[in-house]
Amino acid sequence: MLLIPCPFCGERAEIEFRCGGEAHIARPANPESETDDAWRDYLFVRRSPKGVHFERWNHSHGCQRWFNVARDTVSDEILAVYPMGEAAPEKLR
Amino acid sequence: MQRYSIFSLARNALTGHKHWQEAWRSPEPQPAYDTLIIGAGGHGLGTAYYLAKEHGLSNVAVLEKGWLGGGNTGRNTTIIRSNYLYDESAALYDHSVKLWEGLSQELNYNVMFSQRGVMMLAHNVHDVQVLERHIYSHRLNGVDNEWLTPEEAKAFCPPLSIDRGARYPVMGAALQRRGGTARHDAVAWGYARGADARGVDIIQNCAVTGIRTEAGRVVGVETEKGFIRAKKVAVVAAGHSSHVMAMAGVRMPLESVPLQALVSEPVKPIFPCVVMSNSVHAYISQSDKGELVIGAGTDQYVSYSQRGGMQIPEHTLEAILELFPIFSRMSMLRQWGGTVDVTPDRSPIIGKTPVDGLYVNCGWGTGGFKATPGSAHVFAHTLATGEPHPINAPFTLDRFKTGRLIDEAAAAAVAH
Repeated sequence: MLLIPCPFCGERAEIEFRCGGEAHIARPANPESETDDAWRDYLFVRRSPKGVHFERWNHSHGCQRWFNVARDTVSDEILAVYPMGEAAPEKLR
Repeated sequence: MQRYSIFSLARNALTGHKHWQEAWRSPEPQPAYDTLIIGAGGHGLGTAYYLAKEHGLSNVAVLEKGWLGGGNTGRNTTIIRSNYLYDESAALYDHSVKLWEGLSQELNYNVMFSQRGVMMLAHNVHDVQVLERHIYSHRLNGVDNEWLTPEEAKAFCPPLSIDRGARYPVMGAALQRRGGTARHDAVAWGYARGADARGVDIIQNCAVTGIRTEAGRVVGVETEKGFIRAKKVAVVAAGHSSHVMAMAGVRMPLESVPLQALVSEPVKPIFPCVVMSNSVHAYISQSDKGELVIGAGTDQYVSYSQRGGMQIPEHTLEAILELFPIFSRMSMLRQWGGTVDVTPDRSPIIGKTPVDGLYVNCGWGTGGFKATPGSAHVFAHTLATGEPHPINAPFTLDRFKTGRLIDEAAAAAVAH
């Protein structure tokens, strides 16, 4: 089980959290003028990287707040935690 | 190919079992093939087998990073069924069950297919309504399924507790009698042997490092053993499909997550069928070796660790004990994880890609083993003719653009 450092509550067990999937996927700014390809990419296509992954987590059984996590998907090691709306750490990109 | 029979067994027994031939060769790769298949799991080996047998195409190689059958083929819980809700899925999975029924004879290899029945439990009114709807839908699609009362379910599977006072009482069950289990390794070995005998090269310990394309058309793959030219390339790489496809510049609607399973210590035959419960998130059967084989769920995050969190099997075991209090003193022997590639609609992708000559069979997620023969059969047709078989025609990569999804909530043993 992951030990996740919630930026608001400190380290807590994974069962207190829900993973919100890949981070930094922006909804198309002009939905009516987007192509089907762009909609497919937004809705369904995911990076699923073998290495550093940027994902959203919600402390659903705690403070209920959202935050971003950078995690290595091979070792499951959590590399960084940063606020929603902030870009992924430069050195991990 | 050396045929296996009671006579060959007796003959080899008399000579000390020193003259069995290898089941398949271990050739070095040729510089070029008509078709390359990336991934020697059940689906990839089966594809090679049907290409050679049904379509007469034997200038084929199967490339495998590790050893054949060493990925999810060797990690699953071996359950076979076709009780899927949608027409497209029912056709695909029942095609597979029909092939399973003759597979041992066809391959001259005992895949230990046992139609011991797959029973899905209902624990509340909603479950009862959903399962009854499924039963009618399956029957309309020619897939057998029948409703059992709690007493009939108990008679079919004696260890089941139908105590009315249980936290999740059994209110009935849907039984697919044609469902069951098979020996997972044997499927890969049987297809490998059959394909090899028809001239297919199976090249193990040869990871693919790149896919070469020229003017939007695939021309071959880079491997650890050098460049291999090919007219067609088929990606059947399960949890790593999105990475192999990325080598050709194709981004996939896939996420790879851990899926865990566990087995108990071996005991005498006690469990005669497969039991599943979507509501309490459990499924269980007993292998011919005597171990209880238990499937746990997926973790919630992308991972290639092949581990997963311990709370996942723990949750499943809680549910198992609720249904089968008789197992409360049973020791678990081992637990493991695999990496499964999951699509947004929980249905596989079988067919063409935006790159000419590049084909893909992936996205089987948590339930690909049961489909091995059917998937391989229709994918071989797609590769040989360049057009999908009617059964896999709906399972395109394009459906994530057109929106024609096959939103199959029954895709795994446990609810998503």
